[in-house]
Amino acid sequence: MNMNHTQPLEYSTEQNKMNILGFWIFLGAEIMLFATLFTSYFVYENRTGNGPSGAEIFEITPVLFETIILLTSSFTIGLAIHAMRINRSKAMLVFLGVTLLLGAAFLGIEIYEFVHYYHVGATLQTSAFTAILLTTLGTHGAHVTFGLFWGLFILMQIKKRGLTAETANKSFIFSLYWHFLDVVWIFIFSFIYLKGMM
Amino acid sequence: MEFFERFAVPHPSPLIYASMVAIGLTVIAIMAGITYFKKWGYLWREWLTTVDHKKIGIMYIISALLMLFRGGADAVMMRLQTAVPENSFLDAQHYNEVFTTHGIVMIIFMAMAFIIGLMNFAVPLQIGARDVAFPRLNAISFWLYFAGAMLFNISFVIGGSPDAGWTNYYPLASNDFSTSVGVNYYNWALQISGIGTLMTGINFIVTILKMRAPGMKLMKMPMFTWSALITNIIIVFAFPVLTIALLMGTFDRQFATHFFTTGDGGMDMMWANLFWVWGHPEVYILILPAFGIYSEVISTFSRRNLYGYKSMVASMVIISLLSFFVWVHHFFTMGQDALTNSIFSVTTMAIAIPTGIKIFNWLLTMWKGKIEFTVPMLYSVAFIPLFTIGGVTGVMLGMASADYQYHNTMFLVAHFHNVIIPGVVFAMLAGLTYWWPKMFGFKLNERIGKWGFWNLTIGFCLAFFPMYITGLDGQARRMYTYSEATGFGPLNMLSFLGAGIMAIGFIFIVYNVYYSFRYAPRNVGDDPWNARSLEWATHNPVPEYNFAITPQVNSSQAFWDSKKHGHQLFNKDDLKEIHMPNNSGLPIIMAGLFFVFGFSFVFYIWPGVILSGIGILACMAYRSFEKDDGYHISIKEIKETEDKFGGAK
Amino acid sequence: MKLKLTLLSLVFTIFTVLIGCEPLLVLDPKGPQAATTANVIWISIATMAFIVIAVFVLLVFVLFKYRASKQSKDYEPPHIEGNKYVEGIIVGIPVLIIIFLSIVSVKSTYEVESVPEGYENQDPIVIYASSSNWKWHFSYPEQDIETVNYVFIPTNQPIEFRLYSHGPITSFWIPQLAGQKYAMADMITTINLAAETPGEYMGRNANFSGEGFAENTFNVTALSNDEFDTWVDEIHDTAEPLTEDEFNELLEPGHLGQMTYTGTHLDFSPAPEGEHGGHDHGPELETDSSSDHGNSEHNNHE
Repeated sequence: MNMNHTQPLEYSTEQNKMNILGFWIFLGAEIMLFATLFTSYFVYENRTGNGPSGAEIFEITPVLFETIILLTSSFTIGLAIHAMRINRSKAMLVFLGVTLLLGAAFLGIEIYEFVHYYHVGATLQTSAFTAILLTTLGTHGAHVTFGLFWGLFILMQIKKRGLTAETANKSFIFSLYWHFLDVVWIFIFSFIYLKGMM
Repeated sequence: MEFFERFAVPHPSPLIYASMVAIGLTVIAIMAGITYFKKWGYLWREWLTTVDHKKIGIMYIISALLMLFRGGADAVMMRLQTAVPENSFLDAQHYNEVFTTHGIVMIIFMAMAFIIGLMNFAVPLQIGARDVAFPRLNAISFWLYFAGAMLFNISFVIGGSPDAGWTNYYPLASNDFSTSVGVNYYNWALQISGIGTLMTGINFIVTILKMRAPGMKLMKMPMFTWSALITNIIIVFAFPVLTIALLMGTFDRQFATHFFTTGDGGMDMMWANLFWVWGHPEVYILILPAFGIYSEVISTFSRRNLYGYKSMVASMVIISLLSFFVWVHHFFTMGQDALTNSIFSVTTMAIAIPTGIKIFNWLLTMWKGKIEFTVPMLYSVAFIPLFTIGGVTGVMLGMASADYQYHNTMFLVAHFHNVIIPGVVFAMLAGLTYWWPKMFGFKLNERIGKWGFWNLTIGFCLAFFPMYITGLDGQARRMYTYSEATGFGPLNMLSFLGAGIMAIGFIFIVYNVYYSFRYAPRNVGDDPWNARSLEWATHNPVPEYNFAITPQVNSSQAFWDSKKHGHQLFNKDDLKEIHMPNNSGLPIIMAGLFFVFGFSFVFYIWPGVILSGIGILACMAYRSFEKDDGYHISIKEIKETEDKFGGAK
Repeated sequence: MKLKLTLLSLVFTIFTVLIGCEPLLVLDPKGPQAATTANVIWISIATMAFIVIAVFVLLVFVLFKYRASKQSKDYEPPHIEGNKYVEGIIVGIPVLIIIFLSIVSVKSTYEVESVPEGYENQDPIVIYASSSNWKWHFSYPEQDIETVNYVFIPTNQPIEFRLYSHGPITSFWIPQLAGQKYAMADMITTINLAAETPGEYMGRNANFSGEGFAENTFNVTALSNDEFDTWVDEIHDTAEPLTEDEFNELLEPGHLGQMTYTGTHLDFSPAPEGEHGGHDHGPELETDSSSDHGNSEHNNHE
């Protein structure tokens, strides 16, 4: 394997560089995916049929917790990558683990939120508005769920194989993914919850 | 028994039963044949698990030809049904299913696959790479496409075909009006193959940006590679829109949501918008690589460099940008105000400008050239006038007020076939004939190829030009029949004859493959066309590692320079051992699980959905933990292979 | 090459002959809106023919002059990168053509979207045209009558068709009077037109809407003002009133002949406009969601 030691571990091979570029392009596609969901959300926002509107069902407390937790996890994954760069694999594993725990907590609150919507009569079938709301949140939530498993696998691999060009590359890509989910959440928070509650 | 009733076809007919038997027998015959000749191992090792871009490209092309046959059979049935007034060959429901599947099969499973197949085969060779950036992902892309295609194709024998048109407009496509599982098939087959296409898009962008031979700056790439790059960028930005639209459609049909169905806030216009936000870029995904192929072929057989290289690139970039801002022209008549229609009318017509530049550049490439009429060149030469007609009728359709009269008529049908057949299909046949020696080491027979070409071209003119007339005379598209009083009869008969001649052309092309495999001379050398770009600098057929030595490039026609101007492509000292990716069975297994997932979802078989879903995730987990560093080909092995191919390059 | 040219000229001859003997519907307008679109079509055909001919001539010239069989064996084609002036021309001319066509397109689009020229001062006759699988219902709120699958209109008077659908998206089209417009379930779309020649015209749904789509047509009869009034009076004297039950039966999927009623269905089943629009609260669709889609009920109530 051709290693280039002047660059960070995650960029050290040609394949690693391609993986990272490829993932950036994938994130471009993900941006289009969420952009389509947001556009649809804006179209359906007021089309509530006989169901409730956003202002009637949104609860600020869990949403605030979700936001704080996800923002913090974005910070901790950043710390993990920093630890990786200075080759402190123990610290990196801790921060990665914390990130995943925070992700799981986020998911738990989101599940609570969905149960709440179900109880107040806002299900997938209620109206176009509730359908697009749950689809958008659900798509984000599914991404987080997928990320939890993915991150866990990477954590296990680093434990087993240590920080290699390959595991460093995977961790870095995972951090991109996690930051991206955080950015999407900020959009959800601003344009769905805040806009809906105002 | 109740469980199995859902698989019955809701509108059976002798034709469908006959196809069931035919499909069953063909599958059994193929299986038996492979078993008899003991080829399972070979098939598994060399093809089904391959990650080699060349073999994947060839598998794409074989699948595309199969789909061309399926879609072509649909087309002939449609033309036969409408050849005479009040015909009763197909009833309304069957006709609706046939034109729906014709559209989907031809666009998604034939044209897309053919284009991606040629890209797979040619792009890494044109840029002097060993393979694509992510060979394993490439195999997954192909098998997902294949799973989607098969899922779509079994619909007409199990459960019923989609019947709401390839545009699948809601509320017609909702459970209220389309009661069979057909549209579920539509949603899942497109979803699964769409994921594959998206992965292809990412893969090729990285390949082209990162794996070019030393010296090949972006503006020194061959034109087909340029077209592939732009196409894949469009894919990455357009396909996620389809993903979401299909997801919403699935929710509407299978979980009773109200996205596109009326009532409870749903909006039918939303589907039309989302569909065409993807759908219009999609047609440029098809046509841009075709432009790339024509550029290669015309320049090669005019023995001249491509005229206006920079403007060729610029025009493709402009087309790709504009392609995202014209979607409303597919429904000028949906009640938007005149201002909206005017804006989209102007953006639509603006696309004619970069396209026109390309047409004139091709003409100027032939200018002062030395034109040889080989089969690929014949397709390219016929493309120019026919595509011009298709293009100008496109401008006519782009004029919003006039479109109120053309919309939904045979005029529109004539137009888009007029751009897709001479544009895309001719390009694919030209590309296939052109790169055939690269794939298999011999040329396709020119004489039979020319017969195929003339039949296709003449058949095309007869089949589609009359539709312009009947469209202006008030024949709406998608009508399964019409009365004698309308006077559409004679022109429709002419269309049917044209379709028949095209079918004969297709038979010539298939026969040519058989004939050439048996009789074509094998000593055509490495450069049978006297070509210009890098892919011709290696052997025919191409060794698994593509190039023994990584080539050095100094212009957009590096190989031509090495032949004519003494440019040194290969530096013998650069011979190093080559790192290659391992084959893997994971892609085909994963695609198989996707097939089960899609099929179960279509029929609401939840255990199947859950099990295959877990299986797919397990495959991904396995992949995450797998350590696969590939293998190396030693210098000795390379030298042996090179000697076998007739001397090191 | 020659074969192809002969063939093309043959095809074009056939076309011209066909156009010659009977005018094509779209190019045989009987009202100002269709006349506008027909003019636009002729302008675009002429402009486009110019481009097509230019490309054909260039192509044939190049192919004849520079084919390999005509040239000496050792002729080496030159390397030409491009030329600013040539490329200026091949960009410039298309730009000019597109600017010209854009002006024509925008101007005519505004024209066909508004009340026909010369009719602005008259009050239009409002006719609601709603489609159901696979019929057209025409409601005349002022005249208080309703017809199925045929429509009478007075000549030389502005008509405002308000379109909507009781089912899938359909497209309302009377080629000789005006272009198409979609009819959809949750909103009203409008076509303004006028007929200037009395006569019978073909009207149809042009947008695929399922099994009975091909036969989803209607007849348009344009007659003089007096005749129109007489017709309305006659209906009031002879036709039965339209009841809600009767109307719901009409909506069942299938085909019907021409039918006439007094009263309109708008009274008990209002069109999706104003407070009944689909924007916030989608109307409850009166479609039968059970499965009569499949069994072709081509029943004729006549």
